[in-house]
Amino acid sequence: MIWILDITMLFFLVVCAIAAISIKDLLSSIIILSAYSLIMAIVWVEMHSVDVGFTEAAVGAGITTVLFIATLARTEGRSED
Amino acid sequence: MSRIQESVIIRTVVRIMVPFIQLFALYVIMHGASGPGGGFQGGVIFGAAIILYAMIFGIAEGKKKMSDALDKILASTGLAIYAATGLACIIFGGMFLQYSAVPLLPDPAVVSKYLIDLVEIGIGITVLAVMISLFFDISPPESEPEGVEE
Repeated sequence: MIWILDITMLFFLVVCAIAAISIKDLLSSIIILSAYSLIMAIVWVEMHSVDVGFTEAAVGAGITTVLFIATLARTEGRSED
Repeated sequence: MSRIQESVIIRTVVRIMVPFIQLFALYVIMHGASGPGGGFQGGVIFGAAIILYAMIFGIAEGKKKMSDALDKILASTGLAIYAATGLACIIFGGMFLQYSAVPLLPDPAVVSKYLIDLVEIGIGITVLAVMISLFFDISPPESEPEGVEE
């Protein structure tokens, strides 16, 4: 456990989470969510949970982003609220 | 989207990278028992490689490599491998997925090693088929005809 790295990563995690839900452009929101997943994967690996980090990187940052973008291509791409 | 698909650099890089991503996925599946990874992660990576191919070369081209019928066959084959391994353990007098009950080899530890790999392969096949069919179902229908620039 490197606590400075932990604190930094968790700080970026919170920043990404707030940005992902507050931004209006949905494509940007999806990309920020992907960055959130990548940071989360680094946090998992840093906490010696390599298996979970692997899953997070493959599913969260990979497949989910693709599926969200494919869904976005069928909609308008702007948030109403 | 179509401007990205016409780029020579992206097409060449994807064509070169896809086999290596698939090889890495097979490595992850086979080392699931002894290291990080496993059937689910390997299947997701394998599916991501084919999804990448379908994104760049077009959904129609991707469906030529991975048709809907093949998707259904693979998804049910993986599930059948998993269920057959588990039921074989019950038939030989153990619990569901109690690998050491199967008298395949004299050493139960070796038997369970091989059967864990078999189960991981089944999980990987199902996950990759389901991921690819998810992408094909969600992705929008293409407006312009594909394969004009080839």
